[in-house]
Amino acid sequence: MRILCPYCGERDAHEFSIRGEAPMTRPVVIGVPMAEAVAALHDRRNPPGRTREFWYHGAGCRSWLLVDRDLRTHEVFGATLASGAF
Amino acid sequence: MRYSALSLAWNAATGHRFWKPAWRDAEPKPAYDVVIVGGGGHGLATAFYLAKNHGVRRIAVVEKGWIGNGSVGRNTTIIRSNYLHPANTRFYEFSMKLWEGLEQALNYNVMVSQRSILNVFHSDAQRDAYARRGNAMRIAGVDAELLDTDGVRKRYPFFDFDNARFPIRGGLLQPRGGTVRHDAVAWGYARAASDLGVDIIQNAEVVGIDIQGGRAVAVETTRGRITADRIGISVAGHTSHVAAMAGLVLPIESHVIQAFVTEAVKPLISGVVTFGAGHFYISQSDKGGLVFGGDIDGYGSYAGRGNLPVAEDVAEGGMALMPAIGRLRILRNWGGVVDMTPDGSPFIDLTPVQNLYLNGGWNYGGFKATPAAGWTFAHLLATGQSHELAAAYRLDRHATGRVIDENGQGAQPNLH
Ligand SMILES: Cc1cc2nc3c(=O)[nH]c(=O)nc-3n(C[C@H](O)[C@H](O)[C@H](O)COP(=O)(O)OP(=O)(O)OC[C@H]3O[C@@H](n4cnc5c(N)ncnc54)[C@H](O)[C@@H]3O)c2cc1C
Ligand SMILES: [Zn+2]
Repeated sequence: MRILCPYCGERDAHEFSIRGEAPMTRPVVIGVPMAEAVAALHDRRNPPGRTREFWYHGAGCRSWLLVDRDLRTHEVFGATLASGAF
Repeated sequence: MRYSALSLAWNAATGHRFWKPAWRDAEPKPAYDVVIVGGGGHGLATAFYLAKNHGVRRIAVVEKGWIGNGSVGRNTTIIRSNYLHPANTRFYEFSMKLWEGLEQALNYNVMVSQRSILNVFHSDAQRDAYARRGNAMRIAGVDAELLDTDGVRKRYPFFDFDNARFPIRGGLLQPRGGTVRHDAVAWGYARAASDLGVDIIQNAEVVGIDIQGGRAVAVETTRGRITADRIGISVAGHTSHVAAMAGLVLPIESHVIQAFVTEAVKPLISGVVTFGAGHFYISQSDKGGLVFGGDIDGYGSYAGRGNLPVAEDVAEGGMALMPAIGRLRILRNWGGVVDMTPDGSPFIDLTPVQNLYLNGGWNYGGFKATPAAGWTFAHLLATGQSHELAAAYRLDRHATGRVIDENGQGAQPNLH
């Protein structure tokens, strides 16, 4: 698996670590009912298809990325910088 | 189908042309008391115990492919009950006891082999942690022995005891741990369930769950609609998207675990062994191949295959523990889809949808849990109440703080 980093180009996935699925909107965990906060922290859509994930390019530019990837095929469609994504 | 020395001899003499199927490949009926989604080890065990323990008669197991195509036929076959947390110790020890009587219960040879499991440790701190775990096990009535270096050396003289980075200081042994022939578990439960009247329906993928007035009333499958009084989801690595058919979003990610098998060699590794300074576990199959595995790949996956960095990591773990295996060739390598939860523990619970029940969140420990998961999930489906041994595996435990995090990793599914 390779990830197309906006700074470094196409790099082996081994250089990155994954944080997990990115939520659709910025999660709110303060000032909301407990159930909503717990869901925001723990629940995942985990679709059998394309999804967006946070990856960290630790052995490269050290940017946090938002990666568009297919969970069925591991195909990576692209990545953008995570900062300012929401 | 029943087996005897005579039937083996007769079938061998007649060229194996007359063996009959061991269980009925059923056609779907329009309605059942209970429909179980997923014909893996757990689904089949659930069906068997529903019929056997609770006398439920109209049961269907609906499987999208063929039974045994999922993780029940892909795992590394290890069984053990060497846990630290009381909820897990109780549950897995119950499972171990069921394994110990399973061949009699099913009248089927599932090749339960209690060849022991040894967790090797490499430092004083790790010895303390394993001593604590061993004590917790013994308090709960589970067998455990703390071995020093000589104790390990007696069993496995070829380990790299004086490895510069990871010297071996001893190990925690559970003599009753071991392996079970995984495919036979699927077949044995299938045959026993089928004999009790359970319909095993293959090539029927559940594509929808019909909910009316907050109640689950039917499943839509690729072989038609089936109504049911109760529906149990038991689809292992596929829990998220099957539960999504009922509008549920769960704290689950799907991941890939890989496994590896080498060419066959003479008896070398008598039990199951785990490395303590990385994730590597190994046993030797009856055919002689070394069977081993390690970490999940770490990224979400429904692909059922992993990538090379984990293969490299697993091989490095093996080489650090037992360099003697370094010249063996790996013959096969495969992966399977498993659920991962924020605390690494499973769910056996009611769902917010009435009549819809969940057995999911299973990862590394899912195979050894098969008998107990089937037993307790059957109890839940039959009575509508959690079995006391599974009562901790609740869906709301991340909200209540009653998490069961064996390794103390925190709420990050891919770290468990
Ligand atoms: C490589 C590997 C090694 C492992 N090693 C061990 C080990 O040593 N010890 C241990 O205890 N555990 C181990 N595990 C974990 C264990 O195998 C699983 O947790 C366990 O098998 C899951 O339960 P199951 O047998 O019911 O799953 P499965 O056999 O995967 O059953 C689930 C079934 O649901 C079906 N299904 C999915 N979606 C649908 C649908 N929409 N409609 C109908 N059917 C559907 C699937 O086709 C599948 O047959 C390992 C797993 C892997 C992948
Ligand atoms: Zn980069």
